[in-house]
Amino acid sequence: MTRQYSALSLFKEGLAGQTGWEKAWRSPDPKPRYDAIIIGGGGHGLATAYYLAKNHGVTNVALLEKGWIGGGNTGRNTTVVRSNYFYPESAAIYGLAHSLYKTLSTDLNYNVMFSARGILTLAHSEAGMETAARSVNAIQVNGIDCELFSVEDVRRVVPIYNFSPDTRYPVYGGTWQPSGGTARHDAVAWGYARAASRLGVDIIQNCEITDFIIENGRCRGVVTSRGAIRAERTGMAVAGHSSVLAAKAGFRLPVNSYALQACVSEPVKPIIDTVVISPDTGVYVSQSDKGELVIGGALDRIPSYGQRGNLPVLEGVIAGMLEMFPIFGQLKMMRQWAGIVDVVPDSSPIIGESPLPGLFLNCGWGTGGFKAIPAGGTLLAHLLATGRHHDISRPFDLDRFARGRLIDEAAGSGIAH
Amino acid sequence: MQLFPCPFCGPREESEFHYGGEAGNLRPDGSEVTAERWAGYLHMRDNPKGPTREIWVHLTCGEFFAMSRDSVNHKVSGSTALGEAERGA
Repeated sequence: MTRQYSALSLFKEGLAGQTGWEKAWRSPDPKPRYDAIIIGGGGHGLATAYYLAKNHGVTNVALLEKGWIGGGNTGRNTTVVRSNYFYPESAAIYGLAHSLYKTLSTDLNYNVMFSARGILTLAHSEAGMETAARSVNAIQVNGIDCELFSVEDVRRVVPIYNFSPDTRYPVYGGTWQPSGGTARHDAVAWGYARAASRLGVDIIQNCEITDFIIENGRCRGVVTSRGAIRAERTGMAVAGHSSVLAAKAGFRLPVNSYALQACVSEPVKPIIDTVVISPDTGVYVSQSDKGELVIGGALDRIPSYGQRGNLPVLEGVIAGMLEMFPIFGQLKMMRQWAGIVDVVPDSSPIIGESPLPGLFLNCGWGTGGFKAIPAGGTLLAHLLATGRHHDISRPFDLDRFARGRLIDEAAGSGIAH
Repeated sequence: MQLFPCPFCGPREESEFHYGGEAGNLRPDGSEVTAERWAGYLHMRDNPKGPTREIWVHLTCGEFFAMSRDSVNHKVSGSTALGEAERGA
């Protein structure tokens, strides 16, 4: 069977009628006991499984997914990867993710199509430019590449933008992270799944958690739709449903679940080769490799677990997109969907041991979880393997809410999350 | 556009309303409140999946009220003016 993906193996399989490919990952039945359990087969859970095996040599691991892998927020985001954050703690965590993304295709032997096409966050007023300059300074001090853009710079990078003098949101300039970009979201899930499975991790789909096994105040495993599974350490990466699992484990989280919508247009010829974010219209746009314009916006303002989204926000997003790019007025929209995201008061993730010892958290990424997948996986794997925080995850512990040491990125990021 | 029932104005479009938090999350009273209790009041939430009771404000009339709703299918089962329980009195 052909295991390694390469131009040579593709050529050989072409000659052999494509009959020798092995399945990308195994689908074994769950065993009654593992060294570690990971709940959630999205990007963060799959990355956790991979780094547990690769970085820590822990391979007797079960990854449990209630639906199919990558079917939640990992398959519903707008694929943006960036690390231009305001606070040093955030720069460390998103910077780690960004650096891992750059070599991920080689590491996983799976093309995740990471494309460093640059991220442009626009400023629409003089005050906006002052805020942008402050952001750029902070981001540069954090060691992240970022530049302040003038109107001429914006015109050079996005010539199709609406620069007309009577526009509602005129461009004054913006901030530019040249190394930011996009990656193919499904490929990130599938690549991590394949690599983890090859290292020995059992990926078990259609396996829903119905309860936790709690003995002497410790989490000793889970009860699932496919039977009880025991392990001394359990990690959960189930963004959108973190509160639901926390309730089963007997604690609460500082999380509200909201729907975040996105939509794509029909595919068109290449017309925009970067990611453009306009905080004032609340809209961002990029173009996929298939040619679809990928359009995202702000959260629905109604707490929700329904993966659809409501019309008023979609209407606002489309209006904002047309304000930014009147040239898109004739485009047909093909699909609209929503993912349920964990919204946390300080817009920063929660990583660490939960109030139930033996159960570890990776949640609260808000609207920005995709870009953080390699870091979320690395850090949760470190916790599961050692029982202790990595230096980068320590500030993101759940205890920050009682201690008052919040990492408030709400103002530091482009779109509210 | 979904219609929400304001107990004072009747059914109005959802964009006229603003979410105010989970019903029953009462401010701790007294001088000796632990950091954990404060964090619970300020930040920790039940965030239920399914039937939920929430505080909303109708921005156009300015009145706060309690609304019973399902967080999965978004069906509203009723709304009432704030009673003594939600006021914390």
